[in-house]
Amino acid sequence: MRTAIHSNRFGLGARPGDAVPSDPQADLLAQLQRFDPKPAPIAALPRQEWLVAQLIILLTANQGNIFGERARAAAIEMGIPAGYTHVRLAVASHNAAAKARTEVAVQSNTPFAERLVHFWANHFAVSGERIPARCLAGNMEFDAIRPNLMGRFETLLVAAVRHPAMMLYLDQPESVGPNSPVGQRIMRSRAALSDSSATTYNENLAREILELHTVGVNGGYGQADVGEFARALTGWSLSGHALHIQGLRTGAVGSFLFQPDWHEPGPRRVLGKNYAPAGEAQSLAILKDLAAQPQTATFIATKLAAHFVADVPPPALVERMARKYLETDGELASVYEVLVRAPEAWTTPLAKFKSPWDWAVSAARALGPLSSEQLDVSNFMNALGQDMWMPLSPAGWPDRTAGWASSDAMARRVEVADKIAQLAGPRTDAASLAPAVLPGTLSERTRMFLAEAAPGPDATRTLLLSPEFMRR
Amino acid sequence: MAPPPMLPPGPLASRRRLLGLGFATGAALLLPPKIAFASADSEQRFVFIILRGGLDGVEAVVPTDDPALAPVRGRIEMKGPIAIGGGFALNPSLVNFARLAAANEALFVHAIATGYRERSHFDAQNMLETGGNRAFELKDGWLNRLSGALGGRFAAVAIGNSLPLSLRGDIPVASYSTRRQGAMAASLQQQVDRLWSDDPLLHPLWDHAMAARTMLGASGTSDPKSGAAAANLVARFLAAPNGPRLATIEVDGFDTHTSQKYRLLSLLKDLDDTIATLATALGPVWKNTLVVAATEFGRSVALNGGEGTDHGTGSVAFVAGGALPAWSVKGPVVADWPGIGKSALLDGRDLKPTRDLRSLLATVTARHFSQDPGRLAKSLFPGLDGIVADKAFI
Repeated sequence: MRTAIHSNRFGLGARPGDAVPSDPQADLLAQLQRFDPKPAPIAALPRQEWLVAQLIILLTANQGNIFGERARAAAIEMGIPAGYTHVRLAVASHNAAAKARTEVAVQSNTPFAERLVHFWANHFAVSGERIPARCLAGNMEFDAIRPNLMGRFETLLVAAVRHPAMMLYLDQPESVGPNSPVGQRIMRSRAALSDSSATTYNENLAREILELHTVGVNGGYGQADVGEFARALTGWSLSGHALHIQGLRTGAVGSFLFQPDWHEPGPRRVLGKNYAPAGEAQSLAILKDLAAQPQTATFIATKLAAHFVADVPPPALVERMARKYLETDGELASVYEVLVRAPEAWTTPLAKFKSPWDWAVSAARALGPLSSEQLDVSNFMNALGQDMWMPLSPAGWPDRTAGWASSDAMARRVEVADKIAQLAGPRTDAASLAPAVLPGTLSERTRMFLAEAAPGPDATRTLLLSPEFMRR
Repeated sequence: MAPPPMLPPGPLASRRRLLGLGFATGAALLLPPKIAFASADSEQRFVFIILRGGLDGVEAVVPTDDPALAPVRGRIEMKGPIAIGGGFALNPSLVNFARLAAANEALFVHAIATGYRERSHFDAQNMLETGGNRAFELKDGWLNRLSGALGGRFAAVAIGNSLPLSLRGDIPVASYSTRRQGAMAASLQQQVDRLWSDDPLLHPLWDHAMAARTMLGASGTSDPKSGAAAANLVARFLAAPNGPRLATIEVDGFDTHTSQKYRLLSLLKDLDDTIATLATALGPVWKNTLVVAATEFGRSVALNGGEGTDHGTGSVAFVAGGALPAWSVKGPVVADWPGIGKSALLDGRDLKPTRDLRSLLATVTARHFSQDPGRLAKSLFPGLDGIVADKAFI
């Protein structure tokens, strides 16, 4: 049973040939040391700068003004074929990234670390429902999440919220302080049109950082804090974006750019603390303090424990993890260690219902493993209801049973199990794979059904749909 | 020289293509349904349309007589709003709503909100769907409790990938999605029947899935991303004599922080197509049908820097259906209009709610299903001691 919890709950699913570790907890912690932030399938993908530059140029190229003209010229210079669009770029980039992610997950020898990557990508969720985020979501996971998996939470937070995917997803690059030089120009031109619209900045990023990334919705902030934080964030932008707004400095297209002329001047007050004017650093100071809040420690500890232990995690465990977070100034590796060593995590197998992603990856690992080509991941994830990096909101995918166990979703899981079983072919012997794939959790009942099933697809889908394989 | 751009998309299917595949190979199921839906002894139908993201009520049902309108919204003024009297006009996309309103089959309840006064989507949607006083206070949805309050006879169905919170709870509910891999073989069904027969979570889910699929088969042709397509499926369930009587439709995307005018034109067009689809496809049972479309909150009255609006409070709710004319409600706009001048706004920024969405929902469902409004309100919105009926609908 400890092996099942090691491989199926903390990991991404047992593989038939995996050695059984003598000390499962030590093995999980060793995986964190061995983790490769940039494995080959990911290293082969286009670099962030190139992707963002193409995206911004294509987004701008259909404007009928001087900026559109410049963008079209830049597109030619970059060798982008005529007629190529930002949507085609986004779809191609998304598919390539999804394949790479799947390949890494299915092949990984450090599946606990990979699961943490998926966890944090979902914590800092961007959704491909918006085209720029579809183009860049994979890159954000690879460039902002993976390298910062084991460091301090503050480092991860800053990397995630400054990534172009997050900024574009939450409308940050066009946010202008109303009293900044550019904001004043905008206000004056509106006044000339008798337009009394009050704001030139956008609260989206500030609100989601508070609500979803740091202190959480019950973290004790109010609308005033959101507004103050949003004004502090004005000026955080991307070079080349929002070309129609005056005051753009020339520079490399697509990288993080602080626009001093857009930044709201003056001190800000967030969660009862004053922040002196400091340009770009004003928001960094706020992020630093948000990361250090006890509410943030509890929020992060709760989400981690809910992901790994139970839908309603044991309060004592959450408290220990939160305390470690505060003691270590948000050292994530130390918090993971408390989680891995927690007796609560090792008592109740199968307490978590697998998300479609968990289930599909564990199936692919159990059977062979299947390659990402065979797995046809975009198709399957769509059928299962979890299009990769496309949650319906910045809150990310659900992480509790009720979010996934609905009637039609189960029927679709049956259908995909059937497809995967066909792919695995007539020579797959699920009855003999089962004890290794479900170590200590394989029930007598499932064993009996496996024995009765015809070898090949019939037995394979029995394994994949068994109640114990549906959970971790 | 920079590397070449990425290639156009490869063979991986888009959502639309996948759906096409499912339908092309879909066939009716072979087994008879194991459970039936409601042995419904009522002919009343109710559809709740959830407008996710926070609909801007001011641009959907426009207060054209409000002198404060032009200064705040002139920058994105739309062409061809449809005057409906009472100092309001509909967004030009809402042509079918205008037609229904003219036949007393649609009403617009304005300056309305749940009890939520913060600005988080997730908390606000949670309260809209659970009916609680605070977010995450209740674990089940008010529509599930409605099904229960009606004796459990009113089985419900949700269209889409997952069950909306409003339908989750103790009363089993079916969901139906058009994402398919093709027909399911009878042998596979039987295999799963046995495999899940003693799993307390999976067994009832499976029964409901099979019942819903048996009712509609696998012959859908529409893309469930649009509300209108979902409405087509909902209508087929609700029109069936032994079908469910309650249904939800979810439409996402109303979080218009940027370029609101153009985004709302297309979003409201879909909402308008949704109601038109229901009115047509429900056929003879449209006259027994009530539809409410509501959102988690409204938006800031002033525009932001991106020609959009930010999270606000008061918005508009749509009430429609063939059951409505018999009620003789004075419309088509039902509102105690607070005004959108700066001093009239909530917190200096939002349309101030002067009606409670929970009161509206409790009142209209009670009337529609001939229930005692007080008792029903207690069950749908427990803990809301002060809830009073919406008098406009009595």
